[in-house]
Amino acid sequence: MSARRIFARPARFAAIAPYLWMVLFFLVPFGFVLKIALSQTAIAQPPYVPVFDFMGGREAITAALEQLSFDNFKLLVSDDLYILSYLRSLTVALVSTAILLLIGYPIAYGMARLPQRWQPVAMMLVIVPFWTSFLIRIYAWINILQHDGLLNTVLLKLHLVSAPLVWLSTDSAMYIGIVYSYLPFMILPLYATLAKMDVSLLEAAADLGASPRQAFWQVTVPLSLPGVGAGALLCFIPIVGEFVIPDLLAGSDAMMIGQTLWLEFFTNKDWPVASAVAVVLLVLLVAPLLLYERLQHRQLEAR
Amino acid sequence: MASRRINRITRFNVTALALGFAFLYLPIVILVIYSFNDSRLVTVWGGWSLRWYREFFNDRAMLDAAWMSLRVAAVSATIATILGTLAAVALTRGERFGGRMLFSGMLYAPLVMPEVISGLSLLLLFVALDAGRGFWTVTIAHTTLTMCFVTVVVQSRLGQIDRSLEEAAMDLGCNPAQAFLSVTLPLIIPSIAAGWMLAFTLSLDDVVIASFTTGPGSATLPIRIYSEVRLGVKPEINAICTMVIALIAIVITAASFASRLSRVQGESAAPL
Repeated sequence: MSARRIFARPARFAAIAPYLWMVLFFLVPFGFVLKIALSQTAIAQPPYVPVFDFMGGREAITAALEQLSFDNFKLLVSDDLYILSYLRSLTVALVSTAILLLIGYPIAYGMARLPQRWQPVAMMLVIVPFWTSFLIRIYAWINILQHDGLLNTVLLKLHLVSAPLVWLSTDSAMYIGIVYSYLPFMILPLYATLAKMDVSLLEAAADLGASPRQAFWQVTVPLSLPGVGAGALLCFIPIVGEFVIPDLLAGSDAMMIGQTLWLEFFTNKDWPVASAVAVVLLVLLVAPLLLYERLQHRQLEAR
Repeated sequence: MASRRINRITRFNVTALALGFAFLYLPIVILVIYSFNDSRLVTVWGGWSLRWYREFFNDRAMLDAAWMSLRVAAVSATIATILGTLAAVALTRGERFGGRMLFSGMLYAPLVMPEVISGLSLLLLFVALDAGRGFWTVTIAHTTLTMCFVTVVVQSRLGQIDRSLEEAAMDLGCNPAQAFLSVTLPLIIPSIAAGWMLAFTLSLDDVVIASFTTGPGSATLPIRIYSEVRLGVKPEINAICTMVIALIAIVITAASFASRLSRVQGESAAPL
């Protein structure tokens, strides 16, 4: 038996503790979300009618199955509020991802073309804001965007505007906040693929008569598509469920689904509806999540 | 010749980088500068002062929240580092085992899972288990999230290490545990340290999951900051944010020191 095999056998047991942890605190809780989503709202503590009583034996379970209620899901379909928030979340996530790609690509490209010794420094500079608190970074923008904030002061001083503009509680403020918070997540995967790219391919394109522009569109861009995919998913999925940024920066007239869930849960104390909102959100995200898992899997385990 | 043309620093590249980094850093710099502003108004510069820092240190509720956050971050980062490292070892070195796809799926999904979903689902679990909500529930919730980040960091380092080193140790008579402790562990220590620090800062930063899983009377610092920020800009918050940034800067410096150490030892360890 090879040394590798002998090493591999006990290494497998390292999985036990983290496996159990993730089953208990990641997988099982989704079961509870589903269960509560199927139960009735009640004015009680906790505010729902329990569906399952596993101790009651077979009859209790069949009785419980009859009590399952899809009312919460029917509510989601019948009330515009929910459908509009789902649509708004998807739109915001799509638009943000597109802006992130437009801004992130040139930066990642610039980094990948820096002299070799400067690249780790540039990468560190991108990662550092990711480490600083994200709440603080949103707060920093409130400082800048508020009515008598820095942006309006500068615009007034430069005589670009005659009266202060309203920035806070607008969609522009929200997009600035989202792009600002997620930019490192877009740049890093893009940079990783662009930096790995074989520059001699571009030389070959140039030798064959391609202009730098042609070489960029026909060689660089297609080769960077895996990075584009990873970056886009890494931004898109969490943005769909984003709560804090729209809550602090966007207006209150349209809500994203994360805000709707929050409102149902904390303000209306309607746990079953909040759970149903979460279930539908999860269903919407299953396809992008699976795609992301595959990319992540390939990237980390193909070595 | 051709290679020089391709790798030259074009004006476009420099502009993209300069604008990009200005965008990333300017808001934070402004925030820090204004935390030293004596005036209550953000637009008016009233001279340098530590007034808002004094205000924070007299704010009992804020101090309690900060202490709670530091404890949660330290404990959850430690548990997450142990579990995440074990998971990374199992994924890179272990034999194929049943449910391996599920295992890696459960570890990668929380990296992108919207926090409202993770928070809600954990809360429902804690309620069903009738667990008193407070320090431990937040700690467990943060551990679940951050151990996945630790796994990714350590896993990418384990992937870079030459496995023949472990095999050589075993050919020389080490048992697997000895080979791991004396060969593998020293090589991945810097990335384990980086993973701990990442877990610590992520925990210190979280509002959403903590809001769901905490109980009355045990608010974390981000929850307090968040509820203050909803009411508008307050210079005291600038001061608190500046101190959090300073704390994180110290942590990052330590992390980059750790990764430089590992680079000296051989290959470069990506901080992420």
